[in-house]
Amino acid sequence: MGLDDILTASVFASAIRLATPYIFAALGETFAQRSGVLNLGVDGMMLMGAFTGFYAVYVAQTNAAMSEPMSLLFGVAVALIVGGLMGLAMAFVSVTLKAKQGISGIGVYLFGLGLSELLFQQWVGTPKSVSGFPRINFPVLTDLPIVGEIFFHHNLLVYVAFALVPISAYVLNNTTFGLMIRAVGQNPEAADAMGVSVTRVRYATTTIGGVLAGLAGASLSIALINLFQQNLTAGQGFIAVALVYFGGWRPWTVAAGAMLFSFVNALQLQIKVIGADIPSEFAVMAPYVITIIALVFATKRHEQPTALTKPYERGE
Amino acid sequence: MAGRLNRLVDFAPVLIALLLALVVSSVLLIALNANPFEAFDFMLKGAVGSENATAETLVKATPILFVGIGITIAFRGGMINIGGEGQMIAGALAGVTVALVLGEARVPAEMAKTPGAFDLIIVTCSLLGGFLMGALYGGLAGFLKAYFDVNEILSTIMLNQIAVQMMNFLLNGILLDPAEAGFNNIPKTARLVTAAQLPRLSLPIGDPWLFARTRLHWGLIIAMVLAVIIYIFLWRTSWGYRIRAVGENQRASSYAGINVKRQMMFSMFLAGGFAGLAGVVQVLGLQYRLQTDGSPAGFTGAAGFNGIVAALFGGLNPIGAIPAAAFFGGLLVGAQKMQRELGVPASLITAVNGLIVVFVVSSEIFILQRSKRRVSEGEDETPTPNPSSKMREGPSPTEDENSGEGDG
Amino acid sequence: MRKILTIGLLVLFALVGVTSLAQDDVFRIAALMPSATNDLAFSQSMYDALVAIQEELGEDAFEFTIQDSTYIVDDAAVALRDWAASGEFQLVIAHGSQYGPIVEELAAEFTDVSFAWGTRQDTFGMDNVYSYAAASDEGGYFNGVLAAHLTETGVVGLVGPIEVGDGKLYADGFANGVASVDEEIDVNIVFIGSFSDVPLATEAAETHIANGADVLTGTAQMVVGPIAVAVANDVLWFGSDASQDELSEDIGVAFQIYKWDVLLLDMIANIKDGVLGGEYYKLTLENEGLVMEFDKDFEVSDELMALADDVIASIVSGEIVPIPEMMADDKAEEKTEEEGED
Repeated sequence: MGLDDILTASVFASAIRLATPYIFAALGETFAQRSGVLNLGVDGMMLMGAFTGFYAVYVAQTNAAMSEPMSLLFGVAVALIVGGLMGLAMAFVSVTLKAKQGISGIGVYLFGLGLSELLFQQWVGTPKSVSGFPRINFPVLTDLPIVGEIFFHHNLLVYVAFALVPISAYVLNNTTFGLMIRAVGQNPEAADAMGVSVTRVRYATTTIGGVLAGLAGASLSIALINLFQQNLTAGQGFIAVALVYFGGWRPWTVAAGAMLFSFVNALQLQIKVIGADIPSEFAVMAPYVITIIALVFATKRHEQPTALTKPYERGE
Repeated sequence: MAGRLNRLVDFAPVLIALLLALVVSSVLLIALNANPFEAFDFMLKGAVGSENATAETLVKATPILFVGIGITIAFRGGMINIGGEGQMIAGALAGVTVALVLGEARVPAEMAKTPGAFDLIIVTCSLLGGFLMGALYGGLAGFLKAYFDVNEILSTIMLNQIAVQMMNFLLNGILLDPAEAGFNNIPKTARLVTAAQLPRLSLPIGDPWLFARTRLHWGLIIAMVLAVIIYIFLWRTSWGYRIRAVGENQRASSYAGINVKRQMMFSMFLAGGFAGLAGVVQVLGLQYRLQTDGSPAGFTGAAGFNGIVAALFGGLNPIGAIPAAAFFGGLLVGAQKMQRELGVPASLITAVNGLIVVFVVSSEIFILQRSKRRVSEGEDETPTPNPSSKMREGPSPTEDENSGEGDG
Repeated sequence: MRKILTIGLLVLFALVGVTSLAQDDVFRIAALMPSATNDLAFSQSMYDALVAIQEELGEDAFEFTIQDSTYIVDDAAVALRDWAASGEFQLVIAHGSQYGPIVEELAAEFTDVSFAWGTRQDTFGMDNVYSYAAASDEGGYFNGVLAAHLTETGVVGLVGPIEVGDGKLYADGFANGVASVDEEIDVNIVFIGSFSDVPLATEAAETHIANGADVLTGTAQMVVGPIAVAVANDVLWFGSDASQDELSEDIGVAFQIYKWDVLLLDMIANIKDGVLGGEYYKLTLENEGLVMEFDKDFEVSDELMALADDVIASIVSGEIVPIPEMMADDKAEEKTEEEGED
């Protein structure tokens, strides 16, 4: 068993697929946290996005006889809206009602976990599959050796996720909106004094976080796995929150963290498939261990947004 | 008198929040063709409707309380500990190992099942072992935060997963019950000898004694005593003061000559220790062996998460965590009764629990506003600000003193 | 005074208990399951069995109540005690090996209630406990033999939960089945460390395919992910626990199905005769508690059908032992159980 048996092109392709939901969810969480809102309910939002997106596609394909591309767009739209609504609710709870964010997030998580499963049981019953986003075959590119397998044979949402990384970085660093987000997260009093509505910005970012969490869920249920089952995300939303810290609230490093975590996960699967004789428990824990170790050795550190988890009280 | 009334009114938003949660759940129940009144009646019966139900509520509350005390320390020290699950597992693994080893060394084989046997040394050492391992596991996250600037939310989420896999590995390896060492084994340890078990708890009321025929065990008493001790520790000792000072303002504490890094590690160490106790007490008091179904919650019952909720509902005051833990214990136990009796899906209960958490935590703003209004209106009594609401406001230590007393 | 009251209450309870049992001939079962009843796997197999019994005996003669998704072991203790204490149920089923210690404790306390638990061969030497298990190695072996015949690449992949219990039994049986046909075929086995992590199980299946597998199999509720991967990549799927043919479209080949109703009906008959337990049941191909079912959409060639019949016959006759090491093990276990009883 040599290194070329382990580091195959398929492992990299696998890592890219695994990273997709994390990137969506973690980018959304980055927006929220940069403005000062810690949303621990990402996993619940992902689950609701995953279920509703799946259900929309399921109904559209079985009952409404919608064309496949239309049904998928419909599913994505539903997941975005449901995720956004959950984000909006989270914003109302943490910004307007100033509820403690760690705890309200756990509540939102439980709500999403329970409701998605309940609706699934009532409306669908047992796991059923839908035709999700197909893998795209690019002319020429897909047939390239190695590179084709790694980069040019994924479904649309995978590319959307990776495209969102530079877009998010641009929005955060180079736009007025981004400036407002950072100001609100760093020094809400000053931002407020300059006429930036702390409330409005935080509503916007938390809703964006919800929308992207919904999309993260949909990327599982209608693109990567193409079905729904209770607790489909298996805690990925929590990992996504951790990755935001890993990436120091910067979209590029957050995505890099998601890739590192996913790469180690893909690697441990590959190592087991080719029959390496290591206890499977150690293989399974490898991504978690290596993520921590990587951060220990990372040299560059970013300051946490000063106002993170702190609701804004005006004029006190 | 007026103060008491005010406190009652303070509590009103929480009740309204609970009521709202009930209304929304009722809608869900009606949608599922279940009668909400019947449902909540079963829930209440399941939580406190009988001697056994009450005992089960307290049994469920015990690990939540242990974790909640630890979370209180961590949060007061400015650390967000999401790692209760992993720390519980670490504590249970160490505690059960100590109990098994000492049980073998100190109890002759023929005495292994003697009813009523109790060996203080085994139990104490196991509890200490569990505390220490949980503390080291939590302290690791504190260490990484203090010296490598690894955020504790990240590390504790990751450490939870690592602990589960470690448990699966050990329970299927060196800790595996020798009697299980077959082909198709269940990953679990041997059963503890009677002398290593925490005794069941009953109260001298009636005959047989109250709770005598239930699973209630001494873990509850240990947790409650520790809650009081930690309350004193946090508000009456200089150690506790330093932890809170760092939690309130790191920079100022640093200027005041407090070793901030050490305090970070110390508060996570204690938080982990209490979660570790929760884990080992589940084994010594209830299950008498450690077993895994491969998931963290299978063993912990998600107490590592529920403890966070209980700590915050308890106003980040260890004594306040007692009723909060009991409330959640009752909620979780009662909800299952509802599921059994009415056949409503378990998922409904998960969703309703989430709603209750969101609604109650959202209601605090109204309590906060009232207490503020009272201050500004200059009522003659000393205001007792809600302690939990102050975590975000960075209260001064003296103010905190007040709130602690008020709640205690 | 209190004593009189207690006795009075006890008498009352006894009367209520007796009358409620005497009033009707309804047989009532309460069952506890670790995952959801719609998991297409372990919990669903029990749920389907209870529904089948109800259909067979009729709703006037048989009722059941369940609590599912009880993966928290301590919650199981509350539910089981509640049912046992209620006196309403003639049989309380704890469907999950992790519930064993709880059953052991409760059975000693509620000696007039009959308990069944599995999957495990251990009645704790109590005469009000039935235990049950499934010889999932037999179905694994069967699937392995067929998989070996159907693979063209010479690589088959298995996605399992954690390396214990039924999942391990199935995996070992499967590997032995493949090897019995052709030692050269690679059986790649991945245990993903979880029963429920669908995304990881999905990617494990992708990894199998990337490494050349053209036949996949697996156990636990997270296999819905691998099944979807098999469908998308047009590779064959072998399943276990419950029928998954609804999901597996045209790539499903065969499923090992647990027919718990076979042994439950026997238990019900025993309990009606006053025998509350003490017996160990094992679903096997021989007693038809294990049934191998071909996917409805899969076209079975005559050759394959003959092979399938042959494998089943050989396992039933004892000619084939799916996991030889286990024979010795089973014997040792029986022995310790006997020792435990005295």
